[in-house]
Amino acid sequence: MLHTVNKSPFEKSTFDSCLNHARPGDAVLLIEDGVYAAVKGTAVAGRVADMNGELSLYALGPDLSARGIKDASLIDGISIVDYGGFVDLVAEHEVSQAWL
Amino acid sequence: MSMEEDLSSDGGQKKFLYVNRRAPYGTIYALESLEVVLIGAAFDQDVSLAFFDDGVFQIVKGQDTKEIGMKNFSPTYRALGDYEVTKLYVEKESLEERGLTPDDLMEITYEDEDDDWAEKPSVRLVSRAELSEVMAEQDVILSF
Repeated sequence: MLHTVNKSPFEKSTFDSCLNHARPGDAVLLIEDGVYAAVKGTAVAGRVADMNGELSLYALGPDLSARGIKDASLIDGISIVDYGGFVDLVAEHEVSQAWL
Repeated sequence: MSMEEDLSSDGGQKKFLYVNRRAPYGTIYALESLEVVLIGAAFDQDVSLAFFDDGVFQIVKGQDTKEIGMKNFSPTYRALGDYEVTKLYVEKESLEERGLTPDDLMEITYEDEDDDWAEKPSVRLVSRAELSEVMAEQDVILSF
């Protein structure tokens, strides 16, 4: 399954709830304000790093750039995708769940 | 007294605080706040801005919105000094929780007319407790 998260992890429990329900092998794509969860050294970074082995984590590049987040500040193991990569992820997974 | 009379009379200056707690592009709050600040600047009041919680993301440098099809309004914060909006309170704890340091913020300055137009930083880093005091000193608080 592919999960997309578009809310800031500091403002809403959306991201936490996604991680609580995602199953090993699932993919999580961070978009819009969700990309703030991808940054190193934050209050939620430990939680993200813990999931790295079990989940495939992605962040949408255009949303990172818009927010001034540099590639180098991402948590290790998170892959950056562009809009084409977003489409590929949706096509690769039978089911997508948008966590709003 | 009506607000209009109050604002135009001598000594009617009030302390206005704009509270910014949202990230810049996921919702319209940040842009709306900035627009209201610029409109409000015409009224010659004592204006301060507070950035805390996700609001600190509004003034992070290096924002580039080309690929998301939205206006990058971050350069406008640097023009606030020209509208005599010179007090931007930024909460340290909010920066730390988000893995940010003051170096990650844009350089926002103003020219101090009482000090031979010396260029000074508009950003004032404050603790959570200090920010509470700033809020308590206000006459009007507008939240975004």
